[in-house]
Amino acid sequence: MIKIWSMKKSEEAAGKKKPKTSAAQIRVQKDLTELDLPSTMKTHFPDPADLLNFSLTITPDEGMYAGGTFQFSFAINTNYPHDPPKVKCTQTIYHPNVDLGGNVCLNILREDWKPVLNLNAVMVGLQYLFLEPNTDDPLNKEAAQEMSKNRDQFLSHVKSSMRGANIKGVQYTNVLVQ
Amino acid sequence: MADAQENHDWEGRYYHIDQILDAPGPRTDEGFMAGEGVKDFLRNQAKILVIGAGGLGCEILANLALSGFKDIHVIDMDTIDISNLNRQFLFRQKDVGKSKAIVAAEFIMNRVPGIKVTPYFGKIQDKDNDYYLQFNLVICGLDSVEARRWINATLVNLVDPENPESLKPLIDGGTEGFKGQARVILPTITSCYECSLDMLNKPTAFPICTIANTPRLPEHCIEWASVLEWPRVHGDKKMDTDDPDHITWLYTIAAARAKEFNIEGVTWSLTQGVVKNIIPAIASTNAIIAASCCNEAFKIATSSAAYLNNYFMLIGIEGVYSYTFEHEKKSNCPVCGGDSVSLSIKPDMTLEELIDLLTERQDIQIKNPSLSTPTKQLYLRAPPQLEEATRPNLFKTMSSLIPDGGEVTVTAGTLPFSLSLDISYT
Repeated sequence: MIKIWSMKKSEEAAGKKKPKTSAAQIRVQKDLTELDLPSTMKTHFPDPADLLNFSLTITPDEGMYAGGTFQFSFAINTNYPHDPPKVKCTQTIYHPNVDLGGNVCLNILREDWKPVLNLNAVMVGLQYLFLEPNTDDPLNKEAAQEMSKNRDQFLSHVKSSMRGANIKGVQYTNVLVQ
Repeated sequence: MADAQENHDWEGRYYHIDQILDAPGPRTDEGFMAGEGVKDFLRNQAKILVIGAGGLGCEILANLALSGFKDIHVIDMDTIDISNLNRQFLFRQKDVGKSKAIVAAEFIMNRVPGIKVTPYFGKIQDKDNDYYLQFNLVICGLDSVEARRWINATLVNLVDPENPESLKPLIDGGTEGFKGQARVILPTITSCYECSLDMLNKPTAFPICTIANTPRLPEHCIEWASVLEWPRVHGDKKMDTDDPDHITWLYTIAAARAKEFNIEGVTWSLTQGVVKNIIPAIASTNAIIAASCCNEAFKIATSSAAYLNNYFMLIGIEGVYSYTFEHEKKSNCPVCGGDSVSLSIKPDMTLEELIDLLTERQDIQIKNPSLSTPTKQLYLRAPPQLEEATRPNLFKTMSSLIPDGGEVTVTAGTLPFSLSLDISYT
């Protein structure tokens, strides 16, 4: 058997011993404690001992969604950051890039996810969707069509949906800050 | 028993292998004990673990057995599927549904006399450090990133500066169609699996908006069924990609969608392939990579020649291209990078005092650290809710928070990744 230990002695690395905390766990701790969020975003942990499941509240202070309080759930698995976090909107909202089931179309949550990205990038990306909804990659096609073809109608739908209106048979969640 | 073993080692059994082991060559390691010494180690002492008894695993087991390893253990959590039989040559049609590890072990023992193969039908995560400590070498033929990360981190954590035997070389093989790689990882010495995580090809994922609105490919329809329709219809019920009924449901939904958009090519097996992320396996790629892995295992076990340093890749898509290079350690690797510091403190020191100590110590110099143990958070700076929840710990004594010999993971913006503290009490 090759004498690896003799190499080890010559290495500066000698004396290193690693913790049993999983890489995913450390990475999440690092991501969360180094979050640099504007005052429009807040995290909430239903169980403060569980860093892998939490919610994010976004309250845009400008743009067409200003005044609303939008909720997202984050679920991180043990293969993070190889796998992206799973993010869903927990309300029914009228938005070109969020469908009625709460699925979110944000490139870095799927096809453009990379392990070098972090939770901060995902959160900032989510907030950006409220400032600049993207009609090129719609998830709620009707909303996107409305936005590009009839902007006034779209804005009015946004406003009434945020108040919890029923539009074309869909009951939206009232997201206005009390 | 000794007699039985004698009988198995008939005259000339290892004639060709002994050509390598009986005399040193120009490239042999200085510690090489030509002749009986090395043969005795290889055949009577070396204990090797094979993780995975699939496409690579079958080849690896056969190669190891034929090159003279006699005490082989194999772990695999899978059972044999009919589609495995074209390349996983230790299995026959009658074996479908049985454990890969058990059938492979029996096959090798029947075919190659005098070899002991000990199977374990289950997950690598079922086994503890003591189990992994018994082996001299570990070879992986896995198909999952998650399992590789787990075994890599486990073997890195196993390294105990006080015990040379705790360092277990890890040989990792992997194939994807015509491409493959073999690498030698000496935990804590060379770059580890986690160091190269950024190099991985990301699994094919389609933009969710394309799936929802403008499907063009059969894969788009299948993803629509699995990503959007499954949770909508089944709620929280988890999709089991090994359950044929679930695949059939997805196939039915995907096929209907394909028809609606005039897309051709949605089949049951494509549906299974997409949701399980199956990449066609090529028997010859497996054979080459397994041979390379076993070659390295043989060289490391015998010191008969220089071993791979440390990454070999094979690209067989257009012609046969291979390249070997030294993958460097990543200084901020969450598994093998970062420093470890032993701290001897008074048991009644509070967590707050410990943090002050970390901030003041010249050799550590950390600003605003967050601390946790493998099982709980001790103190997190942010977000505010977690800071508040962990703040009471600041005033608790260390001995009430972690046991003697326990480990604390420290992260801070000023650290490349993390720092681990070995806590002992005076």
